[in-house]
Amino acid sequence: MKDKITGSEALMLALKAEGVKTIFGYPGGSIMPVYDALYDYTRGNKKAFDHILVRHEQAATHAAEGYARVSGQVGVTIVTSGPGATNTLTGVADAMLDSTPIVVIAGQVPIGALGTDAFQEVDLVGVAQPISKWSYQIRHADDVAWAVSRAFYIARTGRPGPVVLDFTKNAQVEETNWQPQKVNFVRSYVPYPELDAEAVRAAAELINNAERPLALVGQGVELGNAQEELKAFLEKADIPAGRTMLGLSALPSNHPLNVGMLGMHGNYAVNLKEQECDVLIAIGMRFSDRVTGNVKTYARQAKVIHLDIDRSEIDKNVKTDVAVVADCKTSLPALTALLKKNDHSEWRASFKELDEKERVKVIEPAIHPTEGPLLMGEVVNTVAEQSADDAVLVTDVGQNQLFATRYFKYHHKRSICTSGGLGTMGYGLPAAIGATFATDRQVCCFMGDGGFQMCIEELGTIMEQQAPVKMIVMNNNYLGNVRQWQDMFWKRRKSFTRMMNPCYELIAQGYNIPYQAVTDRKDLAAAVQKMLATKGPYILECAILEDDDVLPMTPPGMNVDDMMLEI
Amino acid sequence: MEEKKLYTLLVYSENVAGILNQVTAVFTRRQVNIESLNVSASSIPGVHKYTITAWSDEDQIVKITRQIEKKIDVVKANYFTDDQLFIRETGLYKLATDKVLENPEISRTVRRYEASITEVNPTYTIVMKHGVTEQIIDLYRALDAYGCVLQYTRSGRIAVTRGKQEQVSEFLEEREKGLRDKG
Repeated sequence: MKDKITGSEALMLALKAEGVKTIFGYPGGSIMPVYDALYDYTRGNKKAFDHILVRHEQAATHAAEGYARVSGQVGVTIVTSGPGATNTLTGVADAMLDSTPIVVIAGQVPIGALGTDAFQEVDLVGVAQPISKWSYQIRHADDVAWAVSRAFYIARTGRPGPVVLDFTKNAQVEETNWQPQKVNFVRSYVPYPELDAEAVRAAAELINNAERPLALVGQGVELGNAQEELKAFLEKADIPAGRTMLGLSALPSNHPLNVGMLGMHGNYAVNLKEQECDVLIAIGMRFSDRVTGNVKTYARQAKVIHLDIDRSEIDKNVKTDVAVVADCKTSLPALTALLKKNDHSEWRASFKELDEKERVKVIEPAIHPTEGPLLMGEVVNTVAEQSADDAVLVTDVGQNQLFATRYFKYHHKRSICTSGGLGTMGYGLPAAIGATFATDRQVCCFMGDGGFQMCIEELGTIMEQQAPVKMIVMNNNYLGNVRQWQDMFWKRRKSFTRMMNPCYELIAQGYNIPYQAVTDRKDLAAAVQKMLATKGPYILECAILEDDDVLPMTPPGMNVDDMMLEI
Repeated sequence: MEEKKLYTLLVYSENVAGILNQVTAVFTRRQVNIESLNVSASSIPGVHKYTITAWSDEDQIVKITRQIEKKIDVVKANYFTDDQLFIRETGLYKLATDKVLENPEISRTVRRYEASITEVNPTYTIVMKHGVTEQIIDLYRALDAYGCVLQYTRSGRIAVTRGKQEQVSEFLEEREKGLRDKG
């Protein structure tokens, strides 16, 4: 008979069987047996994992998200019960909205204490259910192998998402006969719907007869690892393609069919052309309100084709004429095979005039200003140029995110980590930490002074791990995006958006992280060069014009073609 | 705005804890009230059947159905209008026996509505009626007019489909044949 092991050791073996290498976590009372097992599995001849001790459980989930986004693997977080568990919920919700595969393992009080309001007891499964792909309470050690395998299977397959495992303390210490399990089937869950040949044929017919086709590329292409299939599809039928914020690196920035970013602060031409195209082909994107503006007037003239792996996205926000419900790795090649080679150069050329308008009115003044304080656009552009478009972009949320996503360039797939759906301030710094454990490429993290301070405690993690995050803090002493809206829509009443900042140089010193400030335009290029040449972490603080506005902009609820180039 | 109708959702799920919460949360998030809800074991071992009615327009009920079916342990969810279903509900009426004996019209009314008297004692008389919502409510109104009703309750709806809809057991058989999804 095999030796019995504890539920905690079973967790170690189950994680190892799933190929886990890196765990982001924080110990506490109800997860101590697991941490005791982890002690053996992070050193010596049993070593299987690196455990990254974060400084706050929210950061553990964002780090797992950053790791997952860049690596394509499932990100893993281990925390304790109660506050440890509830602190992860922002990251769980973030991962749900942005389809990011993570598994959160939280301690829980022993089953005998459940429902007694025991110390650090919270109904985690109850609160996590509506914001996770699956939540499950492990009540006995015998369940560990099955539950962990099922968790990883559900997190990474189909439309990926977060899974929460609530691990009762008795199950962590009970003994079990270790039996490895490999879940690759759940009868009630169909991760990869079968391709409907008739739908593909109907879609191909619409595209073949289109005069002004426009593709909208979302993160689904990255999640389905279908970047090459996308290129073949676009190139064969000569279709211009806009990308959502999360889909930016699904198609290289310099691809001739790339016509820019969609959405409220995306590119001018593609937003206007959504109202002119005759066939709109959405690929792995979900018609977020930040993309469509007023949905009642959105692309009404166009036939809409929607390719998505998730049937519940079809007709959710925009009515579809043809829905192709399948993994785009399968549906795109099937569709491409039925397409005629085509030439839409005239249609594509019609974007140019609008592009030029945006370049003159918005882009040039943003990235090559000649006077006044520094602007966010020029900081992003300088970093992008100097990193030879090779870096992974991580952003926080707000103006920093909009400028960064607009002006960064993408040559490699899976090169962007940003909180698109939930818009989580504080996401950037921990997500960047996670990203550094998934790649050897430069990781450049753009943050505002607001978002930087929301997870600033993670400087401790960066210090301890020497995580090579290039932190670019674009400091305008404002919660800039809200300030911009107050100026535009709330009669310039700046209600609690001005913020007093600490001395970041002293903070950097406290964490022993190299730091440089730039206030003068002439020093920017050299400072960026020095940052990128420095091994390990670095903080570059840029003093930004206080009322720098993100443009262009479609005001919330307005039509996409109401996009403004100036205020 | 599309017209609102009473829709019936038939949901089949694995028999695991917490599904009811997940199903009802889909309605709550969209501010749609559940009119009635019945949950019981189905004819398939290990599979539970939910019969849920709600007033909604078709757009909304399609979205609700898909969001419910998206839950990992939900096997199938479909929505129906009344003409597609064979529907039953049960009404229970507790009447004051002295009033029933006093007024023979009460017994006649019970018979006219094809309801049955299932228990009688000197204090109360239990009447039971199977039917659709309107019939059960009509009987209540008729009995109430005699001032004899002590208590009244109406069950949630149960229903089976009239047409040849996709059978859940067939779906599960198909699934089990594959026994593996890529990934």
